[in-house]
Amino acid sequence: MEEKLFLLGDEAVAQAALDAGVSGCYAYPGTPSTEIMEYVQASRQAAGSGVVREWSANEKTAMEAALGMSYAGRRAMVCMKHVGLNVAADTFMNAAITGVNGGLVVVVADDPSMHSSQNEQDSRYYGHFAQIPVLEPSDQQEAYNMVREAFDLSERYGVPVLLRLVTRLSHSRTGVRRQPPREQNPLRLPSDPKQFVLLPSIARRRYRQLLADRPKFMEESEREDGHNSYTRHEGARRGILACGLAYNYLMENFPGGVPYHVLKVSFYPLPDKLIRQLFADSDEIIVLEEGYPFAEELLLGVPPRTEPVIRGRLDGTLPRDGELDPWLVGRALGLGLEDPEETPGLAVPRPPSFCPGCGHIDVYKALNVAMEKYGTGRVFSDIGCYTMGALPPYNAINSCVDMGASITMAVGAADAGLVPSVAVIGDSTFTHSGMTGLLDAVNKKSPVTIIISDNDVTAMTGGQKPAGLGKIEQICLGVGVEKEHLHTIVPLRKHHEENVKIMEEELAYEGVSVIVARRECVRVVAARKKNKKR
Amino acid sequence: MKTDIILAGVGGQGILSIAAVIGLAAVKEDLYIKQSEIHGMSQQGGEVYSHLRLSDRPIHSDMIPLGQGDLILAVEPLESLRYLPYLKKEGWLVTNTSPYENIDNYPDPAQLFEEIRKLPHHLLVDAAALAREAGSARAANMVMLGAAEPFIQVSDDHLIAAIQELFARKGEKVVETNIEAFKAGKAEAEKER
Repeated sequence: MEEKLFLLGDEAVAQAALDAGVSGCYAYPGTPSTEIMEYVQASRQAAGSGVVREWSANEKTAMEAALGMSYAGRRAMVCMKHVGLNVAADTFMNAAITGVNGGLVVVVADDPSMHSSQNEQDSRYYGHFAQIPVLEPSDQQEAYNMVREAFDLSERYGVPVLLRLVTRLSHSRTGVRRQPPREQNPLRLPSDPKQFVLLPSIARRRYRQLLADRPKFMEESEREDGHNSYTRHEGARRGILACGLAYNYLMENFPGGVPYHVLKVSFYPLPDKLIRQLFADSDEIIVLEEGYPFAEELLLGVPPRTEPVIRGRLDGTLPRDGELDPWLVGRALGLGLEDPEETPGLAVPRPPSFCPGCGHIDVYKALNVAMEKYGTGRVFSDIGCYTMGALPPYNAINSCVDMGASITMAVGAADAGLVPSVAVIGDSTFTHSGMTGLLDAVNKKSPVTIIISDNDVTAMTGGQKPAGLGKIEQICLGVGVEKEHLHTIVPLRKHHEENVKIMEEELAYEGVSVIVARRECVRVVAARKKNKKR
Repeated sequence: MKTDIILAGVGGQGILSIAAVIGLAAVKEDLYIKQSEIHGMSQQGGEVYSHLRLSDRPIHSDMIPLGQGDLILAVEPLESLRYLPYLKKEGWLVTNTSPYENIDNYPDPAQLFEEIRKLPHHLLVDAAALAREAGSARAANMVMLGAAEPFIQVSDDHLIAAIQELFARKGEKVVETNIEAFKAGKAEAEKER
């Protein structure tokens, strides 16, 4: 019998990649994708077969390294959260043009309902944009199976393949059957030495190749034994198009079988032929999909078709935003579900807060004092645990947009005349995308004070090793920060007065100052003590 | 057979350990299982919950449909109320009574208990006291697992074997304490029902 493991969706993807003969996994941590790389890092199988599995500085460097491994003929997987694909988009879009040599699978975990993200963008648009195949599993077993198929597709057609996950699939655990592992690819250069040289003349040829292959992707989409399947229900006038995870919510509502025509979609581009059949059989079609109304808009067309009637997120049959659930789907299908009970008012929210003793607390306490004479509204911040400085009692920061934006937004605000402007950024976020912005600041001698709240770890996602560990000051000096305006402080209550004083002095300096506030994450310290005891 | 359980508590209270024990035990019984967790922003002290679904037939949704949960199993009383929309009318709410007060507007615990007692099927357990008696205050989560045992159709033997498996690397003493805690919780539930 095949071995059955009890795995998170993320872990199923990781195990599948190892079993499919991946040679390198590349990633930057981001909820809900982090556990893919963590599983690969902890895997004995990966260690035994020498799979490369270090965290990268950001999603773009991760995707470039993965593309390089593919260039060399070996299989590579790169994993990130949805907003990470924005960072890696340059590589992603161009990798569709270069094509691949060894199989290249791009795994992106979307976060509808923004459980831990700043937006709920839908990565299927990126797949559509790059004109490459997209796979969207409906459960963890499919996720496992699809990884190997994604590598095969990638090598068959010479393109990267996108695997789209969503939070509830990534973070749900169930039994998953393994397939026998296979060997990694040997090192092998691309047969065309110019394939990856995107000079305009070559890029045009490569792009035409991608366009010429699109009918083949459609054939895959329409394959009888493929991932898109159409089930007719005799006599029904309603059809359902259910994408990825949403298919489960449909099935949950009909334990005895769905009394409608059902088109299950887990492969994009959408299958023309099957949709034509669905149209012919139905007066009304309800589109169920997690994320944006991607398929719904395509089905509607321009001007929006009225026959058959297309329902979904755009006409209010389902909410326009947020993730779906079985109840929402059941209600949309008119199953007469009762409204759920409300949460009693007594159950007040328990917002996330800093861990007791966290160094970020001391940073904000000092900064708030140092900022008193300038007033509020001048502190740009970034993505990490320290974003909680926006919440009471600190109310210390005024922005959180994307990785690294704190420094560059402070520069822009200073350009506008907001002097001093302040940036608060974490160590991992700084090396992810903050240090290039620091170079801009130095080059124009911008009157900004940058606080790097350094806890020696990528804390928010559970404690991964950061790319700049032990190198932060060197990086700042290398970029050109003046030695006398680079300080390292220890954010502890006993140093409060001293830290306030340093901040005040640097706020008064009309040039670039960097204050590295370094104290190890209390959770990392606690975990280490616990391990020692054992 | 189908059991849908909502596990609730505060980050650091061992919710996911309860889920792991039931999950391991269910695998031993060859049941279908889906266990959905929330990661990420749930740092120490934040809301944590998990949906745990057991069935002898394939399970579709990772999430329990609203109004269809059989059991809310909570390690904290305020958190036990947060997920009431998921509980079916005749479902059980089983919760630890010790409040975890890390917010300024934490309600009067007496009011919480009053609210809980409005439910037709509820069980309040002083898990902290029972855990201390069993040998460690940290085993309150296993007391709660024990208290929920009568509602979970997984055998005791498999649950205990799963506790052994999960805590094995922490040593014999920890395993024993957690099993004792489990048994104490179960005895309490049988007394109360």
